[in-house]
Amino acid sequence: MSSLQEGEETPEIESGETELEALLDDLIVDRDDHENAPAFVIRPDTVQETLGRLKEEAGYDHLSLVTAEEYPDRYESIYHLKKFDDPTDEVSIVVPTDAENPVSESAEPVFRTADWHEREAYDLVGIDYDDHPDLRRILLPETWQGHPMGRDYDQNRPQMVPLREHANPLEDDHRSESDSDTMFVNIGPHHPATHGVLHLETTLDGEQVVDVEPDIGYLHRNEEQMAQQSTYRYQIMPYPDRWDYISAGLLNEWAYARAAEDLADIEVPEYAQIIRTMGAELCRIAAHMLAVGTFALDIYGDFTAIFMYAIRDREKAQNILEDLTGQRLMFNYFRLGGVVWDLPEPREEFFEKVRSFTEELPELLEEYHDLITGNEILQMRTVGTGVLPEEVAKNYGATGPVARGSGIDYDIRRDDPYGYYDELDWEVPVEDGCDNFSRLLVRMREVEESAKIIEQCVDLLEDWPEEERNIQANVPRTLRPDDDTEIYRTVEGAKGELGVYIRADGTEKPARFKIRSPCFSNLQTLPEMSNGEYIPDMIAALGSLDIVLGEVDR
Amino acid sequence: MSSERELFRTDDTQVQTETRDARMTGQGDRFNSKLREVFGSSPFILTKFDKFMNWVRGSSMFMLQFGIACCSIEMMHTYAVKHDLDRFHAGVPRASPRQADVMIVPGTIVSKFAPRMKRVYDQMPEPKFVVGMGSCTISGGPFQEGYNVVKGAEEVIPVDIHVPGCPPRPEALVYGVAKLQERIANGEASPVTVKPYELEQFGDLEQDEIVDELASEIDEEDLVMRYNWADSP
Repeated sequence: MSSLQEGEETPEIESGETELEALLDDLIVDRDDHENAPAFVIRPDTVQETLGRLKEEAGYDHLSLVTAEEYPDRYESIYHLKKFDDPTDEVSIVVPTDAENPVSESAEPVFRTADWHEREAYDLVGIDYDDHPDLRRILLPETWQGHPMGRDYDQNRPQMVPLREHANPLEDDHRSESDSDTMFVNIGPHHPATHGVLHLETTLDGEQVVDVEPDIGYLHRNEEQMAQQSTYRYQIMPYPDRWDYISAGLLNEWAYARAAEDLADIEVPEYAQIIRTMGAELCRIAAHMLAVGTFALDIYGDFTAIFMYAIRDREKAQNILEDLTGQRLMFNYFRLGGVVWDLPEPREEFFEKVRSFTEELPELLEEYHDLITGNEILQMRTVGTGVLPEEVAKNYGATGPVARGSGIDYDIRRDDPYGYYDELDWEVPVEDGCDNFSRLLVRMREVEESAKIIEQCVDLLEDWPEEERNIQANVPRTLRPDDDTEIYRTVEGAKGELGVYIRADGTEKPARFKIRSPCFSNLQTLPEMSNGEYIPDMIAALGSLDIVLGEVDR
Repeated sequence: MSSERELFRTDDTQVQTETRDARMTGQGDRFNSKLREVFGSSPFILTKFDKFMNWVRGSSMFMLQFGIACCSIEMMHTYAVKHDLDRFHAGVPRASPRQADVMIVPGTIVSKFAPRMKRVYDQMPEPKFVVGMGSCTISGGPFQEGYNVVKGAEEVIPVDIHVPGCPPRPEALVYGVAKLQERIANGEASPVTVKPYELEQFGDLEQDEIVDELASEIDEEDLVMRYNWADSP
């Protein structure tokens, strides 16, 4: 299916390419096309001009990902650009830099989101970005020696991390002298409201937030390195489950599966696509349930009924997923070219279970609406707080419910269809309130839409002829995609646009595996939403972003 | 029905409700229970203070509300409806380490987080116990070969119970907690005192002037954590 769509897209890209070449005529040094998009090689000192032209004149307003990698003779930063109006219209800008002195111009003045992406590239690969506002390590401790994704990094060398690095910012020397009302407060990394191990360095003026700086990396589990050490066929698939671990396993697996399948030209049988679609939407419901539950927990401040109800309904979804995949949380259910096994027998019982779940959902959601969105207290806390205007959200590369809560009509499932989504009847919920309340509403409406998708999938699966239940394509035991092919593919994860970039080098393991995490980009918007607001509103804004640290830090 | 009955009676002895009947009839059993028969006429139970304390500790455990990674999702499910860890005398999540007895370590510990976890552990009052949840706290789990992952929680803090799995099911965590309670009640999981490195090294020196001066220079907060992947198992 995916190759079919590519075939359709080709003419469009062709016509666009000549225009792009004309636009960037004096800047292009070379061509280095990727599987998904044309890629232009430019000089490292023309990054801002190139991206600026593409953004202003060609409408590429979404910097989806910055990939950095080291070759034997050079460093390379790749800027993957897209359009919010049409994510299939992609272009990549490749910026090679000197191996001895890797300095490249920063894209931060053009795309605000490049700030963190380039910090990560500096941290892990070691490329210096000129003109970057704040080029520090982001995922690893400040004292780290070496850049672990570089070629000559020796991970057996001991690292010294003195506690001094984690000095208590509440000590006297950190107190602001000029203004005695200004106070620094650390929120996290161990704090109930940070949804994991996030550390927020907040500067307060009384009860108002002057500045908040998210400090991440407390769960940096080198997922990219693990994928690069594993083989395509079987070994990588368990890891995606652990990126976004809030039951969104199948959605993540799909991100890897989509990229690898397109890279190796694997056609997935239709029947398997329907199972995938159904499983993925069940995961989305479970993930959004927890998002809603913990958001209410953040607002109301105790383990009250809403949280327990959300957990109860998650248990139902997890039970179905357990029947389907054999696991509660880390499913490892997808395989390249399909899924690992068919629906559980007896099928009727399974369908009935799924049906009773989706049929119950509207009633349950009504209950949630009574408890949450209909509650005046919650409305007072969320309506008009944590405002993220549309343009700001785009500039930060926000996607998923965060973008859709800011009025950006952007959903990869519809705009860059994969799986079985384009055959089904559903809608993309968009709210234009730009505040915490809209993001909450979007999530709750998405649960309804997911239930619709699941129902349609169940109908299809029920009537599927027995002899045509083909769950896996014929995939060679060892996959070796062609040397020097690069691909960047995204899917709509629970938190937004989840992408995987793979560079193959002809072996059975990827030479570079880069994850585009939606939460990483979404979390960057937190200072925009909460500076100048009260602390509780900042906590509400953080809750409404629905980050998961496993995905932020990877 | 209500019209026939007098709603309020001021004379207490006249009140004969069903509840009171039940109380009166059950009285003999209540005050002459089997337990009383076993102990004889003495109203006291004699036991060792240690034993009593161990029983108390195991029967009322305050857990630290502490989420790290994937396992914390299953930990939340363990606390919440359906599995309800509260049934096993261990379900009060405390947000502050100063009020907690037990720390469940639910997830992968990386180099940046290890010192923070140590600090949280140090802040817990003694006696304190640790349940390591999931493969990551045993060995680093699926991420063991990575450059940034600490190979097990025991590199940083002592762990009483390991619950294997990736992630363990809530039932497994409940079992792990039950095992911990059993060990505490039997006095097997003794409270552990972890001293800062400097105190351990120089704590037994005589307190003369030089030592006092040197001691004042030691910053207990500034412990060096050394991650040496080559020597790790």
